[in-house]
Amino acid sequence: MDQIRLIEVKEDVMQDNVKLADSVRARMKTEKTFLLNLMSSPGAGKTTLLVKTIEMLKQKYRMAVIEADIDSIVDAETIQSKGITAVQLRTGGFCHLDATMTLQGVDALSLKDLDLVIIENVGNLVCPAEFDTGAVKNAMILSVPEGDDKPLKYPLMFSICDILIISKIDYLSISDFNVQAVHERVKRLNPNIMIVEVCAKTGQGMEGWTEWLAGQVDAFIK
Amino acid sequence: MHEMAVMERILDVVVKHAQSNNVKKVVSISLSVGEMTDLIDEWMQKYFDYLSKGTVAENSKLKITRVPVVLQCGKCGNKFEVSVKDLDKARCPQCDEKDNFTLISGREYFINNMEAY
Repeated sequence: MDQIRLIEVKEDVMQDNVKLADSVRARMKTEKTFLLNLMSSPGAGKTTLLVKTIEMLKQKYRMAVIEADIDSIVDAETIQSKGITAVQLRTGGFCHLDATMTLQGVDALSLKDLDLVIIENVGNLVCPAEFDTGAVKNAMILSVPEGDDKPLKYPLMFSICDILIISKIDYLSISDFNVQAVHERVKRLNPNIMIVEVCAKTGQGMEGWTEWLAGQVDAFIK
Repeated sequence: MHEMAVMERILDVVVKHAQSNNVKKVVSISLSVGEMTDLIDEWMQKYFDYLSKGTVAENSKLKITRVPVVLQCGKCGNKFEVSVKDLDKARCPQCDEKDNFTLISGREYFINNMEAY
């Protein structure tokens, strides 16, 4: 039998993805198109928030949505019914989007005609946190019915996001969800994170979110 | 589920190095995996076994070392370890800062080396 030898590898497994993600960001900068990655659990209200956001910002920006779903096109149809281009990526069982998949979505869009593209990532608080999509900024939604303990259970997700949107605040009156506790828990994981509280259904608090987003877009595409 | 995606990437890197080193068989792979990642050793091995069937890395053993979460204090610059479950309660042992930290390690997937013939 041949002699066993030790081969040095010293390679970061995520390196290729991070490199590709950086190249996606560079391309968005050249094209002057802001790319946002929106993440949450299933049912936190990503699509509802998106629809409301589109209504509020579509006069100001030319927008499109990249939809990632394991195997359905329901969300893309909802978005398209608002008159916005939606590209559907079926992740085919994959639980997250990586930069390669983002690139497929971006390639299917005419970036020169767009100011803002939002990725609706797969509903999941674990895997999407691990993979850089190439987005300029990361946003996540935590809905009140999910509970205020989520930052404790999914610290990585809360630590990589630029903004946390606490949604479904109309449920606060019938819930023991502690908004202050979420602020404290999240700020400890991620001191620079912005936190807003909204109800996409009634529109309550939505300006806080759309103003943040508009500020980010303007700064990036100017 | 995302074990699969991570293990696929690991296998790609291993096969690439096996080819460039003219390896017949990979025996073991040494990995450093951050404590903050949600992968379980046992499942990593199972997914890897499934994916590596028929490749040069078939039947190779994953030797996984966990890398602790290390934070750097934004106030005094001190670096310190913290357990994942205490992350939200973290305080700098040097200056008692509780809000301003940068993550230094704890979310990596790193292939150190492999044994092969």
